[in-house]
Amino acid sequence: MTFAKLVVANLGRNKRRTILTMLSVAVAFFLFSALRTVITTLDAAQELGSEARLVTSHATGITFTLPQSYVQRLGAIDGVRRVSWSNWFGGYYQNPQDFFAQFAIDAESYLDIYPELQVAPEQRQAFLAERTAALVGAGLIERFGWRVGQTVALTGTIFPGSWEFTIRGVYTPTNPSFGDEAFYFHYDYLFERTNQQITPGWFLLQLADPDEAAAISSRIDDSFENSTAPTKTETERAFQAGFVTMWGNIGFLVRAIGTAVFFAILLIAANTMMMAARERVGEVAIMKTLGFKDGMLGSLVMLEAATISLVGGLLGIGGAFMMFRGSTPLDSFFPGFNVTTGTVAMGFAFALLLGAVSGAVPAIQSARLSVVEALRRVA
Amino acid sequence: MALVEIRGVTKAYFRGTQKIPVFEGVDMDIESGDFVALMGPSGSGKSTLLNILAGLDAPDEGTIHVEGQEITRLSSRQLADWRSRHIGFVFQFYNLLPVLTAYQNIELPLLLTSLSKKDRREHVMTALEVVALTDRAEHYPRQLSGGQQQRVGIARAIVSDPTILLADEPTGDLDAQSATEILTLLQRLNREFSKTILMVTHDAHAAEQAQAVMHLEKGVFTR
Repeated sequence: MTFAKLVVANLGRNKRRTILTMLSVAVAFFLFSALRTVITTLDAAQELGSEARLVTSHATGITFTLPQSYVQRLGAIDGVRRVSWSNWFGGYYQNPQDFFAQFAIDAESYLDIYPELQVAPEQRQAFLAERTAALVGAGLIERFGWRVGQTVALTGTIFPGSWEFTIRGVYTPTNPSFGDEAFYFHYDYLFERTNQQITPGWFLLQLADPDEAAAISSRIDDSFENSTAPTKTETERAFQAGFVTMWGNIGFLVRAIGTAVFFAILLIAANTMMMAARERVGEVAIMKTLGFKDGMLGSLVMLEAATISLVGGLLGIGGAFMMFRGSTPLDSFFPGFNVTTGTVAMGFAFALLLGAVSGAVPAIQSARLSVVEALRRVA
Repeated sequence: MALVEIRGVTKAYFRGTQKIPVFEGVDMDIESGDFVALMGPSGSGKSTLLNILAGLDAPDEGTIHVEGQEITRLSSRQLADWRSRHIGFVFQFYNLLPVLTAYQNIELPLLLTSLSKKDRREHVMTALEVVALTDRAEHYPRQLSGGQQQRVGIARAIVSDPTILLADEPTGDLDAQSATEILTLLQRLNREFSKTILMVTHDAHAAEQAQAVMHLEKGVFTR
């Protein structure tokens, strides 16, 4: 027998309790990993936007569109190399619950501005050549079992009716945070089907020199200040950050609620471990009688607590890592929703801390135990 | 010089501010190879004396020498070390660890030594042979009778070949037949293996098996 076997034997004393404690720790760490991943994904989204691209939207908000005539005016501003535009479509495929983003884009300029969207050359050509064509992310293809050449119908919510598209291209993003579950189609198709009533939702500007971003933004907004549609221009990164700021409150709530639930579960687990240790006061006294030193007994208790918390942590963090690996339905809301190595490391640090905290009290109690008193209780 | 020399040992407990003396100025000698039964009514201080001799409790005054070493001067850490080498303790309620087999329970004190796994196995098997339980090595305490559990307890107490065996009411929880078996085993340990034994008991029949009987009453040896 070894000390390790002694630890394992003690853990097997009440298998049901040990397993339930490990599972409660696992649930806590799964929750920790999942919520932490929401936060890291939101943070990554803020970093996603380029500093070399500007977004010009209506000063009142992105739900207000801008005149088509702005395309020429924006293109004429010094330092703007290319202009594109886009609209939020807001439809669904078959089931309204299956959310994914859909954008009507000015395809050629958009794909030029976004080299992050990688498309096979022949597919790019096919997409550009057909007014009802769609370019969809590889994640969506996998999620819905679509294939290139297939005609799919989206039901519009902002633009009512059934909208048929033929998938002509599949893109993969160069950066996972960019997401691979977006659905792009031609702005012209939207324009046509809305009886030419729609105008661009926002403009995307590619700059010749990113260092000029602030100056160009001011120049654009100044030039439209007194128009019927004043603008707000910012770098794409700032624009993305604005979206994330809307998520920001959710991020705070997720953090606050998650932390409270996480620590509540951890306290329960720690209490269970302490109870288990308290029940063994008599055995600790016997081992002291045999000559086991206070430090040794304390270490045994600590090792048991550490084993429970580390195994629970491994199950919880590992479970989250496996579950959120690759493409998941969450990618529609949080592109690149993967447990990061930072989250894994932080999770294991917390697991070790839990083991230390929950083991420390019974370990100290074991060390301070009066053998005579404890033996009297056993007798 | 006796194997164990107890001189002027005084012990009292406090219940709140009230001082409750257990014994005052107790002297006692135990020679090597003795089998001494310590009798007395409840509260006479028998178990307290046993605990002090095992280094589990400290006297208020007086000295205890075992093999010439004054244990009353040792720190709690030194006492733990000393106990693992010199004391074998047999409890009334066996006090085996329920999650360990008989073999593992007996091996437990040897984890504190530098013996190899092979040597530990030899020691454990010898102890199991002495208590005639080799066929029960892999059994857990719950799979053993009270008498068998106490024999495992005795095997655990002798496995590290301690200087002195302290038994606190070793037959107190057993039926008559098992009690007789345990007493016979203790006698054998004393006679065949020259083990020095101090046994606390209420049972006059058990005490008769010892070479000497000492009576402790209200903290004083009466006979």
